[in-house]
Amino acid sequence: MTRYALRRLAQSVAVLLGVSVLVFAIMQLVPGDPIRAALGQQADPETYQALRERAGLDDPVPVQFVTWIGNALTGDFGVSFRTGETVLSLIAERVPATLSLALAAIVVALLIAIPLGTLSALNPRKPVDWFASLSSQAGLSVPDFWLGIMLILVFAGTLGWLPSAGYTPLTESPGDWLRHLILPAITAGVSSGAILTRFVRSSVLESLGQDHVRTARAKGMRARDVLTWHVLRNALVPLVTVGGVQLAYLLSGVVVVEYVFAWPGLGQLAFQAVESRDYPVLQGAVLLFAVIFLLVNLVVDLAYARLDPRITYRSAR
Amino acid sequence: MRAGETLRLLFRGPTAIVAAAVLVVLIVTAFLGEQLAPYDATATDVSNRLQGPSGDHWFGTDELGRDVLSRVILGAEVSLRVGAVAVGISLVAGVLIGLLAGYYGRWVDDVLMRLSDVLFAFPAMLMAIAVLAILGPGSTNAMIAIGIVYTPIFARITRASVLSVREEVYVRAARSAGAGDLRIIGRHVLPNVTAPIIVQTSISLAFAILSEAALSFVGLGTQPPDPSWGRMLAEGRGFVEQAWWMAVFPGVAIFVTVLAFNVLGDALRDVLDPRQRQAMATSGATR
Repeated sequence: MTRYALRRLAQSVAVLLGVSVLVFAIMQLVPGDPIRAALGQQADPETYQALRERAGLDDPVPVQFVTWIGNALTGDFGVSFRTGETVLSLIAERVPATLSLALAAIVVALLIAIPLGTLSALNPRKPVDWFASLSSQAGLSVPDFWLGIMLILVFAGTLGWLPSAGYTPLTESPGDWLRHLILPAITAGVSSGAILTRFVRSSVLESLGQDHVRTARAKGMRARDVLTWHVLRNALVPLVTVGGVQLAYLLSGVVVVEYVFAWPGLGQLAFQAVESRDYPVLQGAVLLFAVIFLLVNLVVDLAYARLDPRITYRSAR
Repeated sequence: MRAGETLRLLFRGPTAIVAAAVLVVLIVTAFLGEQLAPYDATATDVSNRLQGPSGDHWFGTDELGRDVLSRVILGAEVSLRVGAVAVGISLVAGVLIGLLAGYYGRWVDDVLMRLSDVLFAFPAMLMAIAVLAILGPGSTNAMIAIGIVYTPIFARITRASVLSVREEVYVRAARSAGAGDLRIIGRHVLPNVTAPIIVQTSISLAFAILSEAALSFVGLGTQPPDPSWGRMLAEGRGFVEQAWWMAVFPGVAIFVTVLAFNVLGDALRDVLDPRQRQAMATSGATR
């Protein structure tokens, strides 16, 4: 296990190095002068020169890379071309909004997946199963940004129950925070719910066929208790890991949903950075998402190897 | 499995038949768009702006008085073209990488697969946005961006299948008979790894069309005045309370198209590659 963990860790570090080269390349690949592009032609020459020096654009490329990655390791991702604030502080401001949306979306996804997946596994080839499979296919295919607009149309427009856009920090007003959170969370959670429904279904089906379930039934245990204590307990353990992967997807996958609901998260920050050609901010955001993604995958792989002793470490590479 | 047998198995159930029929209608619509559209999709008519669905305009008109039905019809061509070219790029690049990595193994495999791991580490939508930030917005660049994003998945799937056929008796026989690498890859390896690639193509088409719509929705994909479903939704969002039809119909078009490709992909997987279905269901990873 330790050897597997170490190898998996080394692999992640290698991939991370590749990722950072690619993220660094964003600034190099932009046609023309990135600072000129961000500031426009009429920029004040002093500001221009200061930003150029701060970004180290006059150094040779390998030197720039080493400086950039060295700074990044200490949390210094440079300063925004637009506002002059540090990239780190801009990102830190946005984390709570994105995190609350992603966590709420995974809750929505589980609220859909666990009951629907279990019901369909308990009634294979019955109408419930058919309905679950149809809705998970639909949930995977529906464009989230369109679903968001439709929810706004019905719940904010026609019924007027919920706000159509915006965000209130939890610390300011928990009630308002929740009211603003509901529609974006449903929008972002549906596709993960669809994926997890399929997973729960196959996991419960597999669990139902196990010997200990048959034994529990044979000794006369009530059906509900068998389901709770023998089937679901086993079926839902791997859900922790798959749910983790979905959370990683959601953290980065909510970018368009944030756009629809004017949600001031990391995705919106990335879009604004693209629009205003604020490349240091874009680099910081992309790097952060990739790191989160890699970390969650690493943790999930290791957790899975621990939870399921059948996994052989030698064959996994 | 022969093609006829595959088709017979594929169209056993009604869902695959319906999905295929929907796709045929869409492809015909994409080709005949101009002839089928009742109005000029870019002609503005401000006196008729924001009209609800009626006999004259089945899907209503938008904020510039353009016919929404005509724009949805012409949008089919944009969506399918961007989706098909993007998946074409990732198919060719990914299969080539996968064949080389799987067949030659050792350092070739290590280098190519670590590179694809790096690409895989970026969340899809963010990767596409970053590529478009460099290349600039537009439908051609969107095809390239989406193509890059989906290359690693084709590389991985192809590599995994090549690894399983590489040591088959017929490959070893060809090798000992003196066949060159190119001939072995082209005649013996590639034909035996196509099943999972076909399945992945259908599923990737669904996601590529969804990605194109999302990129156009945020203003990075297809540019005006070309009618794209994603752009129409972006325009419709601003009028959602006065003119629901502007946002509803293009969204339904995206949904139906993506659903058809997903359903067909699932049906293809059941027929061509039942083991992969099992693997995907237990890993929970489908996107």
